[in-house]
Amino acid sequence: MFLKGRQPMDALDVPFGRKTQRPSPVKEVHILWITAGLGCDGDSVSVTAASQPSIEDVLLGAIPGLPKVHLHNPVLAYEVGDEFMKFYYDAEQGKLDPLVLVVEGSIPNETIKSEGYWAAVGNDQNTGQPITTCEWIDRLAPKAFAVVAVGTCATYGGIHAMQGNPTGAMGLADYLGWNFRTKTNLPIVNVPGCPVQPDNFMETVLYLLYLAAGLAPVIPLDEQLRPTWLFGKTVHEGCDRAGYYEQGDFAHEYGSPKCLVKLGCWGPVVNCNVTKRGWMAGIGGCPNVGGICIACTMPGFPDKFMPFMDEPPGGSLSSLMSGAYGRVIRNLRRITNHSVNQEPKWRHPGGRLTTGYHPTTYRG
Amino acid sequence: MTATMTGSQFEGKAEVQPTPPNETGKSKLVEMSWDPITRIVGSLGIYTKIDFEAKKVAECYSTSSIFRGYSIFMKGKDPRDAHFITSRICGICGDNHATCACYAQNMAFGIKPPPIADMIVNLGEAAEYMFDHNIFQDNLVGVDFCEQMVRETNPSVLAKAEKTECPHAKDHGFKTIADIMRSLNPFTGEFYREALQMSRLTREMFCLMEGRHVHPSTLYPGGVGTVPTIQLFTDYLTRLMKYVEFMKKVVPLHDDLFDFFYQALPGYEKVGQRRILLGCWGAFQDPFECDYRYDHMTDWGRKMFVTPGVVVDGKLVTTDLVDINLNIRILLGSSYYEDWADKAPMFVHQDPLGNPVDKRHPWNQTTTPRPQKRDFGGKYTWVMSPRWLDKRTGDHLALDTGGGPIARLWATALAGLVDIGYIKATGQSVKIYLPKTVSKPEVEFEWKIPKWSNAIERDRARTYFQAYAAACALHFCEQAMQELYKGNTKTFTEFKVPNEAIGCGFHEAVRGVLSHHVVIRGGKIANYHPYPPTPWNANPRDVYGTPGPYEDAVQNTPIFEENGPAKFKGIDIMRTVRSFDPCLPCGVHMYTGNGKTLEVRHVPMFGAQHG
Repeated sequence: MFLKGRQPMDALDVPFGRKTQRPSPVKEVHILWITAGLGCDGDSVSVTAASQPSIEDVLLGAIPGLPKVHLHNPVLAYEVGDEFMKFYYDAEQGKLDPLVLVVEGSIPNETIKSEGYWAAVGNDQNTGQPITTCEWIDRLAPKAFAVVAVGTCATYGGIHAMQGNPTGAMGLADYLGWNFRTKTNLPIVNVPGCPVQPDNFMETVLYLLYLAAGLAPVIPLDEQLRPTWLFGKTVHEGCDRAGYYEQGDFAHEYGSPKCLVKLGCWGPVVNCNVTKRGWMAGIGGCPNVGGICIACTMPGFPDKFMPFMDEPPGGSLSSLMSGAYGRVIRNLRRITNHSVNQEPKWRHPGGRLTTGYHPTTYRG
Repeated sequence: MTATMTGSQFEGKAEVQPTPPNETGKSKLVEMSWDPITRIVGSLGIYTKIDFEAKKVAECYSTSSIFRGYSIFMKGKDPRDAHFITSRICGICGDNHATCACYAQNMAFGIKPPPIADMIVNLGEAAEYMFDHNIFQDNLVGVDFCEQMVRETNPSVLAKAEKTECPHAKDHGFKTIADIMRSLNPFTGEFYREALQMSRLTREMFCLMEGRHVHPSTLYPGGVGTVPTIQLFTDYLTRLMKYVEFMKKVVPLHDDLFDFFYQALPGYEKVGQRRILLGCWGAFQDPFECDYRYDHMTDWGRKMFVTPGVVVDGKLVTTDLVDINLNIRILLGSSYYEDWADKAPMFVHQDPLGNPVDKRHPWNQTTTPRPQKRDFGGKYTWVMSPRWLDKRTGDHLALDTGGGPIARLWATALAGLVDIGYIKATGQSVKIYLPKTVSKPEVEFEWKIPKWSNAIERDRARTYFQAYAAACALHFCEQAMQELYKGNTKTFTEFKVPNEAIGCGFHEAVRGVLSHHVVIRGGKIANYHPYPPTPWNANPRDVYGTPGPYEDAVQNTPIFEENGPAKFKGIDIMRTVRSFDPCLPCGVHMYTGNGKTLEVRHVPMFGAQHG
């Protein structure tokens, strides 16, 4: 969906060419990146692999038209402790503006217990107790120009929101509400992937920086709040093994170069571009290099795809009918695709834990 | 909380022994904490009391502020999913978890992958070490030694660095030590950017073998999905040789930098020093020796290309993985969990060899979280306290991994078992031989057992282990090409999930020991406990009062920083903690207090109110 907002500048105003270095209408942009969700920092690490653009391209001003970008990410920060936490307090006071708030990791449910914390960063000055990640999101999201959830934990809950989890973990949009809008009327931007494909994320950030600088229209997102140009196609549609599928020629053991659908690959119903783009520099990926697609970009991940190594239901049906019944298959897949684009029902805010875990040491 | 902090972090800590007064009859303890510690992976806080007059750290507590509950939500899941799930424990060494989980699955399922599959995993894991040590050393730790940092913390050291010529200038191209430091400045430094770029090349190598970084797509119990082709190994080898060339610059560069700190700051060997208590669980299976059977584990463990071992006070206590396994104990004491030992059922009474298994062994652990307020006098972290029982003394040793490389090289050197052409373990050292590259001739590096287990030597070992991993990769690449030429391209062994089984995997995550223990009942996971390196390093005081390795290494660390309490950055403490390569998704977070003096009195007590 294209949202109302800034429109592209008209042709006469294009800033490139001989006047490329004229100042951006916004001088500086701050990216505050919270890694203190229930995550593994794998998205931060993944993004250091990006080259289109790389972090240093963006920070050192190697892309034309961009404002000066300040990145505050704990994995890379020069500052430590309070000097680092100062950025959080400055952001809260509106001193970092415009602010792109990036959230990494699932959002735990802190309301299901009477004390303690599942995830926290920094300390409360009065109590000496840690400040929860949820509290920081509450304080900072209203100050942001854009809010980005990076990786499948932050977007939809992911692994830590699996059935039976003790923390009641959920995605950022579950926590803030799917209708959340920033002060500039942008929805949350979700860039899923476990971890996020490096260039998918940096490209999205670059887009948002152009948006902040008034050089791009509002970011196009689908219903799951994913950038449409990155997640509009399925793994299968981009897979270089799809030719084997078409010929009904399937791998029956791992290590075969043929189509992996019968070995557990969910590619036909999963929204992801990794088979087109590779993992980095065009190298690696999933089914294209022998790894079954476990659907790690999807709202239904992981529960709706486990056990991962079993053939997906309907996989053999549609693979038998391959070719001749194209339209029927597309319709069947649309139904499955719709189902796996929904999160399991236990990922929600509120005081009740409904994941299936029954705690004895806290309220639950 | 900068400059406005009130309320002591140590409230409730009334039982602490008073610090002895120093020679002036007075002792000043200043509460200093760093939370979060940045330039690590995950959430770690370090809380200290510093005696600025005696210039040393008096007390240290390490805390982690994240709990996720893997051992809970894995219960009842399909055992084949274990490696996909546990990879997500860690965002920088997830593949180490996936690999270790596959090792445990192979044992539980009773299968042995074809040799070329083990070689492909070894090549992937070698690329992971090359990548991860590189980015951590030169983009995260390196910043603690960069010109900007040294200027802010020790201007006199920077002045000395400007005048100190590099002994190995011809090998790495930097004339003075200060030139190296400038090159390490974040983003603007030339070597910083070169290292970052190199970390991408090595990740490409990784993706060739394991599909994706950091959560691999092509690993399975029974083998790999990677298709072995001439192109696959050529693409890997050509990138590897660029890294080999890079190593010929990086090893002498770090030797010069680290030697300079000993020279510029006499006594720097005390920073981060602790008793030599090192654990290494071994890495790189020998594809022709390892059958993944528990009853053969002692033998195939000793064939690994990084030798497993426990080193206590410089002596090699064991290289036997069965011995290592049976003596792991998970203790509580300061962690937010309910004790299980007398309540929960025992899952495993005996190992497959008939040896008894303790109730505090990971096979028998039950994880029950009890979230609560943080109290440095009681419970203060989500990390548990793994220990290794030394049967000779009955001590529960707080082994550390030293960030991985120092323990790996130390155990491998003493064992003297590895001899693969590119590498030879001599009994006192490890020799690494690297072939000719584009612009540099062949070289021999020798890592010699150091005098201390301290911050500088942990960091130095990391650089040498990068070269070690590259040398191993050359060997594995040759092995894999030979298999390919013979036509042995099958990469997978079929299996059925048994109804009842147990398994364990031992591996080296990048930053140290990694074990996975699984119990299968009714074809599902009944119990699963991974023990990554950071719980070993970042843990709190255990039930016996023994502090964890970070706490122990930071306590009594001398302070060389020239700033007083008001502008204190804690650089010597940072170097200590980062030398362990903290990675707290598996286990901690540092916080710098406002530098206010908490109390000035003859017998300082914790918990006093301050302004």
